[in-house]
Amino acid sequence: MNQSSKDHMGRPIVVVTGIGIVTSLGEGKEDNWRNLTSGVSGVRKITRFPTDGLRTQIAGTIPWQGEGRYCAPVHSLTLAKKSASEAIAQSNIGSIGSFPGPLFVAVSPAETNWDQRMQIYGGTAGGDATGYDRLMKNVVAGDFADYYSLYQFGSIAEHLADEFGTRGLPISLTTACASGATSVQLGVEAIRRGDTDAALSIGTDAEICEEMVVRFNLLSALSTQNDDPQGASKPFSKTRDGFVMAEGSATLVLESYDAAKARGAKILGVVRGTGERADTFHRTRSKPDGSAIIDTITRSLADAGMSPDEIDYINAHGTSTPENDKMEYLALSEALGGALDGTPISSNKSMIGHTLSAAGAIEAAISLLTIHAGVIPPTINCNEQDPNILMDVVPNVKRDQAVNAVMSNSFGFGGQNVCLIFSAEPE
Amino acid sequence: MSTKKSEVWVTGIGLVSSLGEGLETHWAQLAAGKTPVPSVDTEDQAPYPVHPIVDFDIATQIPKRSDQRQMGQWQHLGTYAAGLALDDAGIAHNPELLAATNMIVAAGGGERDLEVDAAIMEVVSKSDHPGEQLNESLSSELRPTLFLAQLSNLMAGNISIVHGVTDSSRTFMGEEMAGVAAVETAVAQIQNGQGNVFLVGGAYISERVDMAMLMEFGHTLWQGDYKPVWSREDQGGGMIMGSAGAFLILESREHAQARGIKPYARINKVVSDRCNRQPGAARKVAERLLEKVSDHIPEGPLPVLSGCSGVQPQLSEEHDFLNGLSDSGIRPAIRGVTTMFGNTLEAQFPVNVILASLAISKGKFFDPFDNSGIEQEYTGAPERVLISSWGHWRGESLALVDTPDAPLREKD
Repeated sequence: MNQSSKDHMGRPIVVVTGIGIVTSLGEGKEDNWRNLTSGVSGVRKITRFPTDGLRTQIAGTIPWQGEGRYCAPVHSLTLAKKSASEAIAQSNIGSIGSFPGPLFVAVSPAETNWDQRMQIYGGTAGGDATGYDRLMKNVVAGDFADYYSLYQFGSIAEHLADEFGTRGLPISLTTACASGATSVQLGVEAIRRGDTDAALSIGTDAEICEEMVVRFNLLSALSTQNDDPQGASKPFSKTRDGFVMAEGSATLVLESYDAAKARGAKILGVVRGTGERADTFHRTRSKPDGSAIIDTITRSLADAGMSPDEIDYINAHGTSTPENDKMEYLALSEALGGALDGTPISSNKSMIGHTLSAAGAIEAAISLLTIHAGVIPPTINCNEQDPNILMDVVPNVKRDQAVNAVMSNSFGFGGQNVCLIFSAEPE
Repeated sequence: MSTKKSEVWVTGIGLVSSLGEGLETHWAQLAAGKTPVPSVDTEDQAPYPVHPIVDFDIATQIPKRSDQRQMGQWQHLGTYAAGLALDDAGIAHNPELLAATNMIVAAGGGERDLEVDAAIMEVVSKSDHPGEQLNESLSSELRPTLFLAQLSNLMAGNISIVHGVTDSSRTFMGEEMAGVAAVETAVAQIQNGQGNVFLVGGAYISERVDMAMLMEFGHTLWQGDYKPVWSREDQGGGMIMGSAGAFLILESREHAQARGIKPYARINKVVSDRCNRQPGAARKVAERLLEKVSDHIPEGPLPVLSGCSGVQPQLSEEHDFLNGLSDSGIRPAIRGVTTMFGNTLEAQFPVNVILASLAISKGKFFDPFDNSGIEQEYTGAPERVLISSWGHWRGESLALVDTPDAPLREKD
């Protein structure tokens, strides 16, 4: 085994050999990349359900593609299958229905949606009963085998494991808005341990429904700029007023460098390092001194064996909430010091919206496309940058620039923070 | 990577269940020399019997009222049990250790406000404009605190906030198998130098009709009078849900020895897989998994803790699988853990690891949990305990917990 197949800590080098992506900007890498580099927004008025009386009426939804009424786990599963199919086809790994490694899938916690709840409530076996008593009587009397297989917390992962023939127990995970990045982390760790030569990391989230909008509104987390959907997600701008919920999925096929080389696979990039640090401060806010996210970034550099000035571009968490963007800037200034000056940073969420559980995976995918193209997608809607955020946010227009290494940030409610570093294939 | 793998010790335990709080309370009930008596409530969730959680004094582990208010009972229970485990391992209030403690929580969902849901369902069902009515009701009835109490990853978030555990933090979902994957992943990470200390576990509250509905979609719940799990086998099967908060501190041998902590037991192996649950498929998976642990199991009597959910036909498949151990000269002394605890879902596998560790550290195995005759006496000090945990819907696993000083026979 030659020297180059191990990293600076003697671990197997982990590379990416397949990428798949579905967002509000389109299906597949081509459509997404064209729209991302053209500064197009995928945010629109919500039409899936009536929005009368809701403070937020916009989102980066992906149209429901199933039969009958929208059903969240089915939609999440559909998007995940699309991104995984694209990634596996590109990687050309294994055979159809037989992926030679474990599955790590970031999903939102399943809950029965109101559509389904009201459908069950409308059954007649419940007689005069009300509340959950009525629901349970109707459930007992009916055939809900489909729901049994859809509304377990492990359902989406199990169905994906059936479809793609991944090995072993699939792992469903959630670290809120860091989930997609965690799915990559778990794959990287499994390969570094030598447990496997390949892993399938997926993030998927397609849960835009009445209750989710209301819940995030209650936390004052969402933009309410309903009259200008495409202009509502404006990370790092002075007038940002919250994030825009969105749907999407991305998949990375991860492999050890040796295994990828041995089968002659095209290497799309290297996962250089991952970092993580849980926060203790608050359920929805970072420590005021940013220490947990600073540590997250610093640890990712240490894990990668890289110095701050080796980072050519930062794919921001950049949610467009007043709090996140301020804290992300603070943490980056502390963690990267002078190296932050002149390092471009942009937020894919300005165009895609915030895909929550999928965001970390989607942004990992876009980070790799950025390296490949030598083009940095812009932060759109940045007409008046926050004067307190002194970073080069690549406002409004893409930039042609060679990028060897990208840092991608993901910070979640609940204080779970992850930072990933990708680079081009070593010469 | 390194060729020599670290051994994984259990150095801290936090357990609260329907039987009580703490290891000694459980030991006193499960090893008193007579058939133990489960705690069952047949009225609260009628027609579904449940094993209700005992009262626990949250203020002793979650002192701030502001923190208490941010959680529902499920997060209280998990955060509380995690605190017990951290205390037990001598990690609590030690900032340096806490900052190097990793966490994998096995979680389902939090609690919905059942009264709010009931009120909304009623008003929306009678409305001429149900969509608009739903928006209005949700906007006026939901509370921000409740949303956070419902988020699966907020149990881990609360453990970080309340107890200060701040290295990696992951939350796995997926019912019983989330608990298996959490322990299996932590064990693999410790063995391979990806962390020295892990807080791992989960919690489940059985008195939750919103969660029970997810099970009853598959008509999997047992109704009516309580029966021990093996007695449900020839009556169509069915789950009785149970309540538990179960957390473990898993630690590398070197790390534990360096700080002078005595282990309860060692986790020798955790192996798992899945199938589509066609008839007979789960048993085949378990038989394949057995090949990965059998090298460590000598012939003769073997204590076995089964997490059998009670759902058929898996219940009979698992029973047949365990009986089939005799083909290898193994005489299993089976304990149907769900007879005493109910199916504690995400906590089920952690509960099994805790019970195995308890038996190893006490040098004695539990009394049979029922009078069916299926559960044989086991005398003498167990050197190893086999755990069999299958999911009610998907997933099969086996684990071997043994004495820390036993020779570790590593084939691979």
